[in-house]
Amino acid sequence: MVGLTHYLVLSTILFCIGIFGVLTRRNAIGILMSIELMFNAVNINFVAFSKFVTPTDFVGQIFAIFVITIAAAEATVGLAIVLLIYRNFKGINVDNINIMKW
Amino acid sequence: MLTGIPAAIFYILAGIILGSAVMVVSLKNIFHCALFLVLCFFGIAGVYILLSAEFLAAVQVLIYVGAITILMIFAIMLTAKLYSAKIKQSNEQVIPGIIIVAALLIATIFTLSRTAWKVSNEVAEVQSIVGIGKLLLTKYVLPFEVVSVVLLTALIGAIIIARKE
Repeated sequence: MVGLTHYLVLSTILFCIGIFGVLTRRNAIGILMSIELMFNAVNINFVAFSKFVTPTDFVGQIFAIFVITIAAAEATVGLAIVLLIYRNFKGINVDNINIMKW
Repeated sequence: MLTGIPAAIFYILAGIILGSAVMVVSLKNIFHCALFLVLCFFGIAGVYILLSAEFLAAVQVLIYVGAITILMIFAIMLTAKLYSAKIKQSNEQVIPGIIIVAALLIATIFTLSRTAWKVSNEVAEVQSIVGIGKLLLTKYVLPFEVVSVVLLTALIGAIIIARKE
């Protein structure tokens, strides 16, 4: 029998994989992909709690829809920034982009 | 044996999701990463169907697989020649990253396995799409409108950021 804890463990592992990607990627697009993985882990949590804790109302799924919307907005702005960085720096490796460091 | 089938489907989907997620963060070719991201999103849509959230599964396929990943592939193609396998894709923080992530994973799983969740055994009387539609247009109508404004602002902002001077 698959219970709530199974889904929570799945989303925890997925979230940790996303964090690992954010920490270790050099490519800015790779970092954006890892952030999408983390958003999806959070969504699995929302939907699992909605199914197992409050099955009669759908508040968790509503919040998952909001998370998906914000993720779409984040992806558009992030990729626009990546294209701008590529145009200015001729590369998107984030360890070369340090003009805001001193 | 019918009770074992959802569990088997769950474990297969979890294997697909976690395996492709590991590929997304570890492969050298960033284009292959995007393709594994598509596979991962499909697996998550399957998990939503297992959790009887059919509308979210459809939204997942439409927005994540159909829009966001295609956008990422566009960006990979536009930043040309950077997706070849010769370029090192991960920095030198791999070992500290693994340690931090493993500590976080152990702490979180330890905590959530010791928590007594208030699991309810009720069954929803309507389908998920009916309940979501009613809630979005009654109780959550203000967040719904605000999030649409946020999306519009992000689109305009992306155009202004990415255009040529």
